[in-house]
Amino acid sequence: MYVGRERPTGGFEVFAWFFMRISGVVLILLVLGHLAIMHVLNTVDEIDFEFVAARWGSPFWRTYDLVMLWLAWLHGLNGLRMVIDDYVHRKGWRAVTLTALALVGFVLLAMGTQIILTFEAPTSRVTAGLP
Amino acid sequence: MRVMVKIKRFNPGRDREPYWAEYEVDVEPVDRVLDALEYVKWHLDGTLAFRRSCAHGICGSDAMLINGRNRLACKVLVKELGARITVEPLRGFPVIKDLVVDMEGFFAKYRAIKPYLIHDEPPPETEWRQSPEERARFDDTTKCILCAACTTSCPSFWANGAYIGPAAIVNAHRFIFDSRDRGAAERLAVLNTGLGVWRCRTIFNCVEACPRGIDVTRAIAEVKRALLFSSL
Repeated sequence: MYVGRERPTGGFEVFAWFFMRISGVVLILLVLGHLAIMHVLNTVDEIDFEFVAARWGSPFWRTYDLVMLWLAWLHGLNGLRMVIDDYVHRKGWRAVTLTALALVGFVLLAMGTQIILTFEAPTSRVTAGLP
Repeated sequence: MRVMVKIKRFNPGRDREPYWAEYEVDVEPVDRVLDALEYVKWHLDGTLAFRRSCAHGICGSDAMLINGRNRLACKVLVKELGARITVEPLRGFPVIKDLVVDMEGFFAKYRAIKPYLIHDEPPPETEWRQSPEERARFDDTTKCILCAACTTSCPSFWANGAYIGPAAIVNAHRFIFDSRDRGAAERLAVLNTGLGVWRCRTIFNCVEACPRGIDVTRAIAEVKRALLFSSL
């Protein structure tokens, strides 16, 4: 008898698979745009705090960065989940690694989101308390 | 043509570990690897065990790892490989003896996807009708001979032997996309698990391994898409 069957995963695996395809395509566009602005059109010599602050003054770039953060982060996390699924077989280790992945993933995603949403562009570096 | 055939041998009743045995055989360049194996068995060492039945690429009995790739011993010619030939049993299955592997689990997974026509409507007076276009929809996956070359070339299967494997998915595809069949939902439910189609990482080894030229990864992708559209 075939005993390898897991309980049906419902729609989650379907969704995860579809998400990987869609986020992959969207990320190619977003990341190419990001690379062009931050590394081709402007060099690292020109990019400083004020450059980023000015950029985040526009809701468009905040949304751009927020979408890129969420898609890239979740795409990568799901990839790691599959690696764990393939190579970590022992039940205890699976629980440990998957929980760690979920925790680290959630904390870092929340931190990034909070910064993008609540960042207030100061008028100068001095008001921002920077040298 | 003198060829050195190196065979990974193992007799669980006697050997602690598999070992390599080398045999020098005299074959024609247009002979098949199967002929070289038969030469060994008939003239050099009668204890060598391997499966073969039709010897013409249809029964799927003699799939093995030949020079690092899964192929049918009856379909690859000696001249394609040169003077050194390495033969190992299929990877990921328990070895019964030498090149004979235990395929019980493989066929249990095949049976799990219900590889027969499911139809509960009354049968027609003559025969089930199907247009050439409807038949073409699943033509590629009808070619499977269940040799297990695809499943045992799959790193996802090596990593987790409980994965249902490409061969079972190919055979599910053959019925899921058959216009006469009504069992698609049952088969898709079997495949919609972490050990079903979602274990496939599109590595494409199966496509390279298939001696029948089936586009295995495409078939798996079509099943995944069918699952996506049935759950939208």
